[in-house]
Amino acid sequence: MLEEGYSLRLYVAGQTPKSIAAIANLKRICEQHLAGKYRIEIVDLMANPALAQRHQIIAIPTLIRQLPEPVKRIIGDLSNVEKVLVGLDIRPN
Amino acid sequence: MCVVLFMNSTKARAAALAIPAVEKCPTGIAGLDEITLGGLPKGRPTLLCGSAGCGKTLLAMTFLYNGAVNYDEPGVFIAFEERTEELIKNVGSLNYDLQKLIDQKKLALDYVHIDPSQIAEAGDYDLEGLFLRLGFAIDSVGAKRVVLDTIDVLFSGLKNHLILRSELRRLFGWLKDKGVTAIVTGERGDGTLTRHGLEEYVADCVILLDNRIEDQLSTRRLRLVKYRGSAHGTNEYPFIIDHAGIVVMPITSAGLAHDASSERVSSGIADLDAMLEGKGYFKGSCVLISGMPGSGKSTVAAHFANSICASGARCIYFAMEESPQQIIRNMRAVGLDLGKWVDRKLLKFSARRPNLYGLETHLAAMHRDVGDFDSHGVVVDPISALMSAGFAGDVHAMTLRLVDFLKTRGVTTLFTNLGLGSAETSTTQMRISSLMDTWLLLYNRESNGEHNRQLYVLKSRGMAHSNQIREFLLSSEGIKLREAYIGPEGGSTGSARLAQEAKEKSVQRLRQQEISRRSREADRRRLEISTQIAALQAQLEEDEILSRQAIESEDQLAADRLAMASTRQPTPSAKSTAKLSSKGKPRLVQK
Repeated sequence: MLEEGYSLRLYVAGQTPKSIAAIANLKRICEQHLAGKYRIEIVDLMANPALAQRHQIIAIPTLIRQLPEPVKRIIGDLSNVEKVLVGLDIRPN
Repeated sequence: MCVVLFMNSTKARAAALAIPAVEKCPTGIAGLDEITLGGLPKGRPTLLCGSAGCGKTLLAMTFLYNGAVNYDEPGVFIAFEERTEELIKNVGSLNYDLQKLIDQKKLALDYVHIDPSQIAEAGDYDLEGLFLRLGFAIDSVGAKRVVLDTIDVLFSGLKNHLILRSELRRLFGWLKDKGVTAIVTGERGDGTLTRHGLEEYVADCVILLDNRIEDQLSTRRLRLVKYRGSAHGTNEYPFIIDHAGIVVMPITSAGLAHDASSERVSSGIADLDAMLEGKGYFKGSCVLISGMPGSGKSTVAAHFANSICASGARCIYFAMEESPQQIIRNMRAVGLDLGKWVDRKLLKFSARRPNLYGLETHLAAMHRDVGDFDSHGVVVDPISALMSAGFAGDVHAMTLRLVDFLKTRGVTTLFTNLGLGSAETSTTQMRISSLMDTWLLLYNRESNGEHNRQLYVLKSRGMAHSNQIREFLLSSEGIKLREAYIGPEGGSTGSARLAQEAKEKSVQRLRQQEISRRSREADRRRLEISTQIAALQAQLEEDEILSRQAIESEDQLAADRLAMASTRQPTPSAKSTAKLSSKGKPRLVQK
């Protein structure tokens, strides 16, 4: 459906349980639904807090779908798979 | 044992004395620091709530701006509603150059953008991102002050309020741990202080802003709802926001503790000073001039302003009905050049239409003007114009507070009051006459087809003032009061006075003529009598001469007779001859 694939960025803050859960959940969902056509970048705001302002992050974890357009934001540890799929437009609402 | 107890008790007392009062962080906002007795609680968050448009953002920004500029306390402003560029522009209206402060690393702005339509929630989250941003901003400038404006936006942006509330609780705790003095703004709720119950989290200090409309005039008010650990003013205080910033007026706290000076201030009218013990008003007193239209109230007021400025002191003229230019022009006609005092910055006109804003705001603006200009004299012309901005009772209350404020500062104040009926009644309507120390009444009385001005000192506390009604003349050399004319038919003014004076003069002339006539007659009689005396004297002298001559001739006769007798020789018969001759001789003499 999409040629360029998914460019996803996950913002976390250190190794908190929520961050670890989010990373694991994201990887699992992508493998299941977007195998081969996704790229994940994980940004630790603890290491680079200036990015929080620049990228308008308030909630942790935040997942941003940069590609395909339009930009989508999902907050939370991504434990609700249905909402993640809807939020990423992988599954129609 | 006793010693130990004693030591313990002194220790306890020392500890009691050392109990730290809540440390204050000055806002630098005139008035607010007075109400809070020093400022906001240092190192703690303060909730600033109010409905839209009541000045939350500007007040919060002023807190940061003053901190950065005046108290060397850098600040962080987290904006949830306005973009930073917009914010910089918006507060430019208060002459705050935020960009400069940002460049100097004294201020950090961060716009938190939340678009609910873009955000999906999938699972558990926290607001660590916000904490990180805030922490980063605080560290970047070494902030001591933080503003979060308006945090309610989070409630519309995030669906999971359970998480949000626990995170807010954590946020306020975190702010306290950071030791920053924070202002958190919140929207006013319906029947609650804030729509989302933020007061639940911020318990230390809550300030409520309000912008009420009464009779189409809005008045901003501020109230300190609570201030844990500190005494504070509890009333609603009016405040104003304009180009010069925010000023809160702690005026309701004014009391009756002002000093009473025995110094005098000239009224600017020599004749009026003469009626007031020759010295004029008391310094720091309140003078009311009431009269009908055209009775010369403004002119008396302008003389006062002129005299204050001429003594080198400053005076503010609050003009409610005329523009400054118009007043200056009009006063030139009576020989007063107010323009030169304006040029020398001794006189300041503050012209505002009474219905420009509500009474409270008028009062607040007057406070600020008097304070900023540090004036010694104030003219309010006319106070009755404020009736259109409020009810009589409100005007009374306002005047009361204004009077208290001015007296506390030792400012001599002159109010004019326009009365349409009799001056007394309309002044009592506002019930301000009792607040005044000196009350001058100006009449404009009709008689003989003309109106004549009269001035009367109805009261003047603490001095022996004249009780006369004096005729009041506006001349090109200013106001002159004519000597009271009290004739046999009472006092009179104008042409009646002239006529009366002429009549007096003619009567006097007649009397003088009569007197001179009488004195002339007396002179004449004196002359007449002295002439008579002279004539009688002459007659007397004549009589004396005649009688002397008669005596002399008698003596001569006697001598002659003797001589004749001696010439005859005596004979014996001579005796008879002698008898005969003696008989014959007297006959001869008798001839």
